[in-house]
Amino acid sequence: MIRRICRWTVIILILLFLYLPILILAVYSFTDATNIGAIRGFSVHNYVTLFTTPELRDMIFGTVVLAVGSAVIATILGTMGAIGAFYSRKGMASAITTMNQVPVVNADVVTGFSICILLVVVLGISKDTYIPLVAGHVTLCAPFVFLAVIPKLKQMDQSIYEAALDLGAAPFTALIRIVIPQIFPGIISGFAMAVTLSLDDYFVATYTKPATFDTISTYVVNATKGAQTNIKTALWALSTVIFLLVVLFSLVMNIRANREN
Amino acid sequence: MHRRTFSRKYLGIPYAAFLLLFVAAPLIVLIYYAFTNGQGEFTVQNMTGFFSDPNTLGTLCYSFGVALVTTAVCLLLAYPLAYILATSRLKGKSVIVLIFIMPMWINFSLRITALKEILTWIEGNLAYHPFLNTVLGMSYDFLPFMILPIYTAISKLDGALLEAARDLGAGEAQAFLRVTLPLSLPGIMSGVSMVFLPAMTNYVVLDMLYNSTYIMGSLIGSYFAAYNWNGGSMIALILLGIICLFTLLTGGTDDENRRGGALL
Amino acid sequence: MEQTKNIIELKHITKTYEDGYSAVSDFNLEVKQGEFITFLGPSGCGKTTTLRMIAGFDIPTEGEILLNGKPITSLPPNKRPINTVFQRYALFPHMNIYENIAFGLRQKKTPEKVIAKKVKKVLELVDLEGFENRKIDTLSGGQQQRVAIARAVVNEPQILLLDEPLGALDLKMRKEMQLELKEMHRELGITFIYVTHDQEEALTMSDKIVVMSEGKMQQIGTPEDIYNEPINAFVADFIGDSNIFNGIMTGKLKVRFCGGEFACVDDIEEGTHITAVVRPEDVTLTRPEEGRIRGTVTSVIFKGIHYEITVESGKNEIVAQSVHSARVGDRVGVQVEPDNIHVMIAEDHTNIFAAEINKNYELEYNGTVLPVDLTNVIKGSVMSEDGTLLDAKGLEIDPKKVRIKISIKPQDIELTDDQEEGLVQGCISNLIYKGDHYSYVIHTDLEQDFVVNDEYLWNMEDQVGLIMPVEKMIFTVKK
Repeated sequence: MIRRICRWTVIILILLFLYLPILILAVYSFTDATNIGAIRGFSVHNYVTLFTTPELRDMIFGTVVLAVGSAVIATILGTMGAIGAFYSRKGMASAITTMNQVPVVNADVVTGFSICILLVVVLGISKDTYIPLVAGHVTLCAPFVFLAVIPKLKQMDQSIYEAALDLGAAPFTALIRIVIPQIFPGIISGFAMAVTLSLDDYFVATYTKPATFDTISTYVVNATKGAQTNIKTALWALSTVIFLLVVLFSLVMNIRANREN
Repeated sequence: MHRRTFSRKYLGIPYAAFLLLFVAAPLIVLIYYAFTNGQGEFTVQNMTGFFSDPNTLGTLCYSFGVALVTTAVCLLLAYPLAYILATSRLKGKSVIVLIFIMPMWINFSLRITALKEILTWIEGNLAYHPFLNTVLGMSYDFLPFMILPIYTAISKLDGALLEAARDLGAGEAQAFLRVTLPLSLPGIMSGVSMVFLPAMTNYVVLDMLYNSTYIMGSLIGSYFAAYNWNGGSMIALILLGIICLFTLLTGGTDDENRRGGALL
Repeated sequence: MEQTKNIIELKHITKTYEDGYSAVSDFNLEVKQGEFITFLGPSGCGKTTTLRMIAGFDIPTEGEILLNGKPITSLPPNKRPINTVFQRYALFPHMNIYENIAFGLRQKKTPEKVIAKKVKKVLELVDLEGFENRKIDTLSGGQQQRVAIARAVVNEPQILLLDEPLGALDLKMRKEMQLELKEMHRELGITFIYVTHDQEEALTMSDKIVVMSEGKMQQIGTPEDIYNEPINAFVADFIGDSNIFNGIMTGKLKVRFCGGEFACVDDIEEGTHITAVVRPEDVTLTRPEEGRIRGTVTSVIFKGIHYEITVESGKNEIVAQSVHSARVGDRVGVQVEPDNIHVMIAEDHTNIFAAEINKNYELEYNGTVLPVDLTNVIKGSVMSEDGTLLDAKGLEIDPKKVRIKISIKPQDIELTDDQEEGLVQGCISNLIYKGDHYSYVIHTDLEQDFVVNDEYLWNMEDQVGLIMPVEKMIFTVKK
């Protein structure tokens, strides 16, 4: 009995630690208050500001487009890389795997900084072309797609590809019709991981983005240094919206997973 | 001459080229810049400068301090929680685990903003407790990364092993110490490496919580702001060295546990 | 020394789970010091649960466990002088072999010198000398098995529990280990409690066998007892190959089954419904005119030292073992010596008969298609798009290889004058008044005897139809 109480205490305390700030902010996002602690009336003006200020709208839109765009490129590259490495000779495979591991274990600051040096300082590519930014985000995400796809390839029954060839399919057809469907769950989870990584990134973006462009992270970090309270409280609304979206997404995923069982 | 036909291994070529260009090449450039000065002449000044300047050495120590304490806090919170979750027989367990993982998917800068507002409300002026706030912020940010791998490791544990330990005369505490804990060590290592390294470099958490002390990441930021590529490269290189050392020590990480590993 | 001391006693042990499912109910057992006792039964019969309660991993909901006369029912496993060899060994993967074996000794704070000596000795016992520093994952299945045994016996337990320890090994290895375990039991002199679902393993190794089914003990006895005198149809069916028939006593030491009357040695009151068990090796095939019953040979399989010959007589199948071959289609007679017919009083008179699967994957009996969905009958099976039946693994089911046994209770069958209305037709060959109803035996045109309870009086030799509602039938799949 005592043990049960202890268990629930630990669970609840950590839940409070993780969620209380977000939830309090969510409550205050629906008021006129500019500081937590102040008690003010109900208002949705933060949400109005969030969705009507062009600067904020562009920033959110830009972040999403960047995330989806670089995730798509990263997914294509990472999946091809995984298939290629999986069927390559050992030396080639381990070379790819080792290089793939670098951005995974590396600190994002170092990844962002080194890409900035190479592309911007050495090769002289302007940040305004968005090339360094997209390249940076793809570099950040593709290795995780690679890592998500490899286990699916290992799990796959290796003889089905040969069976397809035996039945007369060309290698490329066999790959598209047989191998890709088998590893598709891995590709999807790699893609989802790529999107979240890009959405959450600050460091790569800050070293490679054009001066006029902001992602949510870079914008929020700069905004906390600024003094514009209406922007600050509009970000509370943004935080609440994202929180609700994540909850919704998790719910949907969980219901789907339950249904499959 | 035989005709070249499609082979699956050719698919690896674009990705290999991509990795060479965006992973290997930047590292080589980094090394080059770290050992040259602004005029492109070879020098070890960047390195000796770092290791002889008390300020930068202080930053290194402060980084280690922040990372060490953050990791310890995360471990102390995450291990009991992960253990409770993994060993409980609750029906909706997967949902509860999901709830603890969900913060990973909310933008970290927004979450730190939320924490900042709360801390400001409680403490009044954040500047009074810079170290405490930093550790709180980092723990708040990185805790899910510690929970997940430990939870996975304990869940994977074969219940028969614990029964075997009990059968051979071990009490509950002994069975935990001699079987559960050593077998969850890989999970702990994964978690530690996922918390310790970001805690040394994620200077945004410090900035947002008004901690003006530098950690290793902040040095790169400040060199970047000053267009000092050579100095920044040296810091990046030193960080890389620490990361390599750390990865060797912790024996690497299960890939599945990396960052958004819980996803799907 | 007292030879007949009970080392462990289980008294009225019941294990009921929260969802109301009883894994074990009212289980009683006494095990003597030094015995090799085997719990035998199909999966889910409660044998492993019983073992786990002896080990202390599960606590019985009711009943008492005594070790040397002292209750240990809720003592934690680490406080019991009992050790287990786990099904999949449960060796600690982060320790080498030495550390694995030393684990139990260390818990008892044994001095390191003694540990080293004991580990060395036990490794010799299991033929793994010099393996101390090897890692677990470098060992073969058989070697891991030996380490698991060594790790348990090094603690000198009073009882060694073995939970299907040979299940993961291949056939040859299993045979070898069976002999070694038996040898080890003799050498160590401690009590072994062994769990298996393999009847041959149980018969080879045990001093005593406990046959279990659905959480209950069915029979306990020496391997010979169990094999030769099975107490009921379940035991007879589970142990060895057997022909099992429903029948009825038709006179003093006379029994009727399979459409013929046989002499027997069991003195049971006339009119009692019985189950007759005949081992294939006890069936003698004769010329047609010399047999008690006659039939046609439907299959002959060469088994190395004998032929297995299946004879069909009416709808009954009789399996015989013979050193002489026969040809499919031969007409033969079947004879069984009286003392080779094991007659037991049927606990219930459930009628069991076989149905066939036809080409369209429908269940057919006596030329009538039964309105049931086969996918519900065969667990996990699905009907594929091209109209074939696939089993749980997705393999096509061969209708010829699968037989469905249908059981139906006597009270669920209805008799009718209109013979065509019945699923099968026959004549009443016996009737007994049972106070509130009559119990009839109907000998069908397919040469089977059905027991039917009916409240109305019919006459002997009446021709009747048997109406059997599908919803009252229980189906079991026989491969």
